[in-house]
Amino acid sequence: MAFGPYLLLATLEGLVTAAVLALMALGLSLVFGVMRVVNVAHGEFYMLGAVLAWWFASLVSGHPAIGFLLALILSPLVVAAVAFIAERLVLSRLNYEPEATIVATIGLLYILQQLALTFYGPEARPVQAPFDMRISLPWFGYSAYKLAVIAASALMMLATWVLLTRTKIGLVMRATQFDRETAQAFGIPVDRVYAGVFALGAALAAVAAVLIVPIQQAHYLMGLDPLLLSFIVVIIGGLGSLRGTVVAAILIGLSDGIISMFFSPTLAKMLATLLVALVLVFRPQGLFGTVAR
Amino acid sequence: MREDRNSNILSSSGLTRRTALKGLGAAAGLMAAPGFVRYAQAQSSEPIRIGFQCHRTGIGAAYGRWYERVTTATAKLINDEGGINGRPLEIVIEDDGTDPARGSEVVQKFANQHKVDLVYGTLFSHVVVGSAPMAGELKIPYYVVSEGYHVASGKMNRYCVQPGITDVKAQVRSVAPWIADNLGKKVTLVYPDYAFGHDHRDFFEPAIQAQGGEVIAKVPIPPTETSFTRYFPQIPRDTDVIYHVMVGPAVLTFVKEMGEFFGSGGPQLFGFIDSLEAVDINSPGLEFLEGSHFWEGMPRYAQPDQPDYMTFYRETVGIDENGASRNDPQDVSTAAHMFGCWETLYVIKAAMETADYQGPDDRTKLIEATEAMTEMEAGREHPQGPKVFNGKIHQVFGEQNISQVKDGKLEVVHRTSIDDGLYEPEADYTTMSF
Repeated sequence: MAFGPYLLLATLEGLVTAAVLALMALGLSLVFGVMRVVNVAHGEFYMLGAVLAWWFASLVSGHPAIGFLLALILSPLVVAAVAFIAERLVLSRLNYEPEATIVATIGLLYILQQLALTFYGPEARPVQAPFDMRISLPWFGYSAYKLAVIAASALMMLATWVLLTRTKIGLVMRATQFDRETAQAFGIPVDRVYAGVFALGAALAAVAAVLIVPIQQAHYLMGLDPLLLSFIVVIIGGLGSLRGTVVAAILIGLSDGIISMFFSPTLAKMLATLLVALVLVFRPQGLFGTVAR
Repeated sequence: MREDRNSNILSSSGLTRRTALKGLGAAAGLMAAPGFVRYAQAQSSEPIRIGFQCHRTGIGAAYGRWYERVTTATAKLINDEGGINGRPLEIVIEDDGTDPARGSEVVQKFANQHKVDLVYGTLFSHVVVGSAPMAGELKIPYYVVSEGYHVASGKMNRYCVQPGITDVKAQVRSVAPWIADNLGKKVTLVYPDYAFGHDHRDFFEPAIQAQGGEVIAKVPIPPTETSFTRYFPQIPRDTDVIYHVMVGPAVLTFVKEMGEFFGSGGPQLFGFIDSLEAVDINSPGLEFLEGSHFWEGMPRYAQPDQPDYMTFYRETVGIDENGASRNDPQDVSTAAHMFGCWETLYVIKAAMETADYQGPDDRTKLIEATEAMTEMEAGREHPQGPKVFNGKIHQVFGEQNISQVKDGKLEVVHRTSIDDGLYEPEADYTTMSF
């Protein structure tokens, strides 16, 4: 294959990775930014989103788009509810102490993972894409659904941005992020904001999972890799910075797509990890982060 | 905080009379319990205990679940027919998480804690390679139902045998002539980049060259990969056949993306069913496989001309004509491999009866009796077909199936002979000391 089409394919693949990664990392970054909680169970919310998507899609018959849309609406809601309950039952009772919450979310990770294994099973199960179209280019074919994933992810990120900057809920969240105690003094129900943010973060991961599940399959161990990549993205972009998260996701996604095609996937992972190390040494707050007060 | 800590130390340090009495009482109760007395009886009525190293969790979980079902069904059948040497068979299961380090610990636990007679049932090659040294050290027989060439290569030890399933080298040699004659001679290999995939890479190339074919490209894929489109440009345009053998949960993506990439005008496909074990052939996205060919150890779909013992096997392990669980048509089995559990247990039974196995002291006799086996007739004990066991390399040889996907079902189109898979042994375990 000639260089041009090769690069095009690499870029497309990279963009799909970036789109899903950005949504997932956005959730992680939001939770850390507002609550200062490192949510190790974030990958399992992603897995849960995919598994539920399979379940909802298999409930209805008829055109695959119906099942997919049902999953796209319900799966994030259920995952958000699970996260909400987990936050109320566990994290809030630990007073959001950093060490305790890390251990607690690790516990949550195993609980969710093993529940999925028990009730869903060890198989990888697919969800049918809402539409089945192959774009036939002169050099290779490409799935139209993958392009739709990129668009959907961009829309979701835009919606999150509007929510954070243009609505009252967003204002309350930002106030809580800026200074928890002052926000509380001004009558903001910090507890409820925390629970809401944790649920929103999980819901974003679930949306990412529903989008990816027609491409990959729902599997009970699928949460680990995206979790690691999200941490990489969030560290490079700056914990708590939304702009940084999106830029870093595109950077990591594209470099992963292009480097792994022209060289090797291992090299792409090595470079991403190296970048994390460099960022931590020279700019610990991340490329776009602000220094913690 | 400090007061709390002090009080804890105080309360836990003293052994009161009450707790001492409780402990004594519990110990007495345990001695009186029926389970405890049993061990005082004569050994001959005790069950023969087989430790089953099972992939209950981890990437092998789908295989593990079916290995467990077949093992349970076979053990029940053996017990219903009078057990082994008149003693019942008891299966003790431990989960190894499909992890080599854990696998080694499990072998240790079987030997020291459960005190089983032998260990059995491992599939994934890295777990076998990780666990076999421990089995050798503890001198406990280790009957694996894996597939890799590691046992036959001579790199394991005298306690490690594979009498119920053929190895990759034999499988690859069996199918290569058929591929060259029917699909094409220019082959591109797509394989996972670790031991199992390397076996395919190393043994397929000489096998296809012997048929006048050639491997024109090799595409190794990291085992944790989830997206494959990026690898397809490495497949040369003049490829006749793509030989694919992928494992793990991402295989559906692999096939689907290959379909998107090539469309209808792509090369022929020959795959190892390992790619799609426990996966419904009619899953969305797999339409692309229609007409392509697969290796199968044992056919997943009931074949019209199958012998009675095959039907009996399928009924006993609980799979329907599509190779899915009778209770849930969505629950597709790992039919091409799991028969190995059934056959291995029957080999163990036969070897124990020949060796007049009484207990752990007879372990070496058991291994020697297994090594002495040669021909195994097709039938109830060997439903997959006739086999020949080579005691020198602890490896069994058998027939292989080549199946084609037709109307969403796998139909056997060719069955290779035992001779197709035979190769020169590279080792001799029987000369090694116990």
